[in-house]
Amino acid sequence: MTATYRTNSEDNFINKNKVINFTFNGKSYKGYEGDTLASALIANGVHLVGRSFKYHRPRGFLGVGVEEPNAMVQLHEGHKSEPNIIATEVELVEGLKAKSQNCWPSVKFDIGEINDLLKSFFPAGFYYKTFMWPKSFWMLIYEPFIRKAAGMGVAPTKPDPDRYEHNYEHCDVLVVGSGPSGLASALAAANNGAKVILAEDKAHFGGSLLTDNVTVGNKTGKEWAEETISHLKNLPNVIVKNRSQVFGYYDHNMTVMFERVSDHIENPSEYTPRQRLHYIRAGEVVVSTGSIERPLSFGNNDRPGIFLSSAANEYMKIYGTLVGKKPIIFTNNDTAYKTAIEFKKNNINPVILDTRDSSSGDLVKEAESLGLDIKFNYGVANVKGRLKISSATIGKLSSDKESFTELQEIDCDCICMSGGWTPTVHLSSQAGNKLKFDEKIDAFIPNTKRQKETAIGAANGSFTLSQSLAEGFQVGFDLSNSITSNNKKTPLPTSNEPSYEDHDKFWCMPLPQNQKPKRFIDFQNDVAVSDVELAVREGFRSIEHVKRYTTLGMAGDQGKTSNLNGLQHVSNIQKKIVPEVGHTTFRPPYTPVTIGTIVGREVGNHFQPSRKTPTHNWHVENNVVFTNAGLWLRPRYYPRGNETMQEAVNRESLNVRQNVGICDVTSLGKIDIKGPDASELLNRVYTNAWKKLPVGKARYGVMLREDGMVFDDGTTTRLSENHFHMTTTTAQAANVLSHLEFYLQVVWPELNVNVLSTTEEWSGAAIAGPKSRDLMKKIFPLVDFSTEKFPFMGVVETEVLGIHAKIYRISFSGELAYEVNVESNHGLYMWNKIIEVGKEFGIQPYGTEALATLRIEMGHVSGPELDGRAVPYDIGLQGMVSQKKDFIGKRSLQKEAFIQPDRQTLVGIIPIDKKTKIPEGSHLVENDKAALPNPKLGHVSSSCWSVEYNNPFSIAVLKDGKNKIGEKLFAVYPLKNISIPVEVVSSHYVDPNGERVRV
Amino acid sequence: MLEIKCPYCGKRSQNEFSYGGDANIKRPKLGDEVSTKDWDDFVYFRDNPRGKHSEFWHHVSGCRQWFKASRDTATHEIFKTARLDEDL
Ligand SMILES: [Zn+2]
Repeated sequence: MTATYRTNSEDNFINKNKVINFTFNGKSYKGYEGDTLASALIANGVHLVGRSFKYHRPRGFLGVGVEEPNAMVQLHEGHKSEPNIIATEVELVEGLKAKSQNCWPSVKFDIGEINDLLKSFFPAGFYYKTFMWPKSFWMLIYEPFIRKAAGMGVAPTKPDPDRYEHNYEHCDVLVVGSGPSGLASALAAANNGAKVILAEDKAHFGGSLLTDNVTVGNKTGKEWAEETISHLKNLPNVIVKNRSQVFGYYDHNMTVMFERVSDHIENPSEYTPRQRLHYIRAGEVVVSTGSIERPLSFGNNDRPGIFLSSAANEYMKIYGTLVGKKPIIFTNNDTAYKTAIEFKKNNINPVILDTRDSSSGDLVKEAESLGLDIKFNYGVANVKGRLKISSATIGKLSSDKESFTELQEIDCDCICMSGGWTPTVHLSSQAGNKLKFDEKIDAFIPNTKRQKETAIGAANGSFTLSQSLAEGFQVGFDLSNSITSNNKKTPLPTSNEPSYEDHDKFWCMPLPQNQKPKRFIDFQNDVAVSDVELAVREGFRSIEHVKRYTTLGMAGDQGKTSNLNGLQHVSNIQKKIVPEVGHTTFRPPYTPVTIGTIVGREVGNHFQPSRKTPTHNWHVENNVVFTNAGLWLRPRYYPRGNETMQEAVNRESLNVRQNVGICDVTSLGKIDIKGPDASELLNRVYTNAWKKLPVGKARYGVMLREDGMVFDDGTTTRLSENHFHMTTTTAQAANVLSHLEFYLQVVWPELNVNVLSTTEEWSGAAIAGPKSRDLMKKIFPLVDFSTEKFPFMGVVETEVLGIHAKIYRISFSGELAYEVNVESNHGLYMWNKIIEVGKEFGIQPYGTEALATLRIEMGHVSGPELDGRAVPYDIGLQGMVSQKKDFIGKRSLQKEAFIQPDRQTLVGIIPIDKKTKIPEGSHLVENDKAALPNPKLGHVSSSCWSVEYNNPFSIAVLKDGKNKIGEKLFAVYPLKNISIPVEVVSSHYVDPNGERVRV
Repeated sequence: MLEIKCPYCGKRSQNEFSYGGDANIKRPKLGDEVSTKDWDDFVYFRDNPRGKHSEFWHHVSGCRQWFKASRDTATHEIFKTARLDEDL
């Protein structure tokens, strides 16, 4: 296909020597280097792009950049597929595949368009009103139907194959937007020695300088922009970024920007990220984000072929593309005349409709002198042409502008409309700036700032070039000088531009007589003038409520082209001025950002850091299945052959009970505690007494929070008079350290103690089982392992083959057990040695599942019982609470609720059939058939298959549990319709007197 | 993301810190008789002001020092940070 809608001009950014092939809806087209998908489609005469959200109306292009509400496409195929991409923001690359979305079976014939014929049944609030009742219909019928009917693009189902990166930057001055004011402030700040970042969303720098016929100094605007950018790029203190959108402004001048790094490159290197997210902490932010043109409301103003006038101008001047050849320019202000004049330069004679009586602005005079047909007091009432406009009904406006006279129909293939300009205040507003309404421009501008943010140029409501440059140079110098104090001022160049007359405060055309075409305000969410009127009629007063009821401004484009027109209309109906109506809140992101960019490299194994123990690879080689314990990867079980998990866990557990097992316990938290007041600290943080613990002995300790709830437990060993080695649970290791630091630094600074995490210094292995002593003797020949010399809770330091080892006789499994700690770099060696020597004793590794089985059978509490809701009494730890001394949380234990005689206690639970495993989290009730709410007596905290008795066994916390041993209850799990008859037994199921650990 | 000045390390991003609650709270002395009301006030009750708030922060991914900050709870402006032995 040959492109038929190109200008003959060479003065644009299109390279006609490089053809680019692409497809749209399966059909092949040609564009040029420099095109966007939008400009290339328009150049090929394609205006029908998609279907609207609610009514499935045919839609084309309205804008040329981020403001575009209509032209959303599905890009690429398969796992690279991306929905809801704005065609105006897609730079054309060879082989690009795009297609329409929200239409079936095709964009030209879309079944969903029936919604448009039924539109009188789909007013504002339709979904709220219609799909309320009956409730049961919502999930089954309404919700899937609405989703299907109102869907936009389709999300890919496979993982995103592209690479995304994050980058952190600091600068003195961040300038957002490279129009005249942005360039000026970046230049002034950079010349004054500030570290500057200049960010531009588009591929080309310069903003309006690229499309306006103006001069700066003795150059055209475009030349001055190019020269300024190349100067900035050569400065070492400046980072210049195009294709980069600052989309969020957060606290303390943290802004976030995404950069489209390689979307526009045909074959990017596999190491080039697709997009990059920049976190920029800026000393000062200059918001030079420009302004967006406002549409006008008139009948069927959403039809393909109806553009913003500035967009039409930019398509001609930047992309060498004509949006039509028989244009109507429809405006309430002077700026649209630029577009009219540009059409004329391309030998096309537009008809100009101006709602004003007259204007004597320079551009209007120029249009007159070019002989263009200008009709003042005229407006568009309606248009014809469903898939592409073919004619417009225009008319003279009555003096009160509430009706048309002399309606006539004229042929046209495009309408370029302008309702004036809205400053892009999103970033200022996000930064906390309280906006004010500027009556001269009929829009909100930044006013009272909360952060170090300064809006300039059109974003500040300063629409002329001379104002923009003056503000830019002044602000750039002032802000930079407050940081650098260099006093190096860049002179303000002279400039030349046309004069402008005021705009007409009139945006919404009257309806033609006896016709009720939709006059759209929000194109992306299909909100029309009638919807806003209905919302106000139904009593919605607050603009925030009108917004939510009509969904005005709530689409992906965040109302860039619709917010002000919506406000204006509400203010007209309510007969209030706009500032009284107020404005809705601007929230990040300013433009949609891909999830991939936000996630960056933190996917898969990089989602969070993995902590691996020194013996990690041994586990892998021995067919381990890992489990995540915080960031740690811990061995869960080691299946052999076709074993199920339960079979493997039973084998590993039984081997500990009968022979000897080895378990990697490196991840347990370890804290080194040193200083003359070390024992005093322990005495204050643990519930039991520590001062008299002999050197070389370990003790089990329980810590509480100030509210009396158990916080953590572990064994702590006295290595010398003033030196202790504390262990914590894996889960609470970091919290316990912060807790100790808080009390040492904030509450008791008089204590002379130092604490330091040594978790990663030591590699730990638990060797448990009746044969563990025989094994230990063989490995550590220098140690006397007799109970007399090395009793339960004893500690020995020894050396073997030059390796220093600490051996603790402690046990979590309830069996005779030792814990061997060696320096981490010797961990794997020691582990291998134990495995090798242990072969004759039948040693097997065991993981966290067997570890849990062994401790549950013994009735030892762990994470599921220490759930932050238990005082020591509840979980059988009341014996650990000293009555003689004070400690953290002790006063809370006197609270009435915590000393009730029927308070919950730890019990064991066995299913009466001795077969059914009880799900953890099950509730214990007296009668599983009782009416709801069925009183809950307790809950099952940990469950296992007892290898000792060969039946399921659980521990639970049960109200008045100590008096309920022997009772029959039900363990119920209503979410899964489970109810299991159970018997309450002692929590000490195996070895109730704890004899095994002391042999 | 806030930028917080650790009195020992200087300005760092918020993600290096953890919040430690109201800095005006004083723990009753160990061993003292404490009434139920005083104890409950200490454990549970906190002011929730809109505006200036003195609070503890912990430079947990840094020097691991606890310090005090005066922060506006509405705007997040941080007026001052101070070591524990300094006045805010
Ligand atoms: Zn610090």
